[in-house]
Amino acid sequence: MAMKIRATMVGDSADVKVLMNHPMETGTRKDAKTGQTVPAHYISRIVATVGGKTVLEADTGPAISKNPYLAFKVKGAKSGDKVTVAWEDNKGEKESAEATVG
Amino acid sequence: MNHQRRTVLRGVGAAGAVGVAAAAGLLRPTEVYAAPRSVFDAKDAAGVMRGLGAGGAAESGQIVVKAPDIAENGAVVPVEVTSNIPGTESIAIIAEKNASPMVADFDLKGGAEGFVSTRIKLANTSPVRAVVRAGGKMHTAAKEVKVTIGGCGG
Repeated sequence: MAMKIRATMVGDSADVKVLMNHPMETGTRKDAKTGQTVPAHYISRIVATVGGKTVLEADTGPAISKNPYLAFKVKGAKSGDKVTVAWEDNKGEKESAEATVG
Repeated sequence: MNHQRRTVLRGVGAAGAVGVAAAAGLLRPTEVYAAPRSVFDAKDAAGVMRGLGAGGAAESGQIVVKAPDIAENGAVVPVEVTSNIPGTESIAIIAEKNASPMVADFDLKGGAEGFVSTRIKLANTSPVRAVVRAGGKMHTAAKEVKVTIGGCGG
């Protein structure tokens, strides 16, 4: 299941809500069956643009919950603006998605 | 990705340059104020505050940290930070009692408001602290969250 982005205008701001799919493993959790420590695997960077402008750049660690949720608000955005969100994790895996401000 | 890149290229000035770097693979743009990645290695809240350059941050009533009083499941604790400080440039979230307290640092630009909402893991009952940079100055506020079942592995 891919990343989900929902962006709606509230007043003169775009309200952007993002749901990412990621295990966000801390590197300290032990697998219940094998007893082995599960290696750290987490999103470390998130970049979002609205209407072609970078609006958010986040450095993140494994203390963000599994399947990360992120919401932010962008003043001056308008209906029809393109929203892009991209993440990269500590293993170099990447994903990006886009949506339109509704 | 190509389509995104073209759109980004239409942008002008610094925002465009940053966007290109981002589209090209999330390269870290050259930012004067960005906290070093090493802040995630700090093992106590004081170390994180030093790493963020927020050792002398002033407590601010203009920052609202919204989180539950009691979190039954420490693995998923909703946290929402609103900064009413004009010119808010970044919001960092710190779980003070986690083994690694740094949670995330959000740089806000291009019209982004002083607001961020996410879900975090809390190992123990702990203050959840927000650190806001505005006009080069650091401000802070915290909210205590009681945790019934910790959320950092085990």
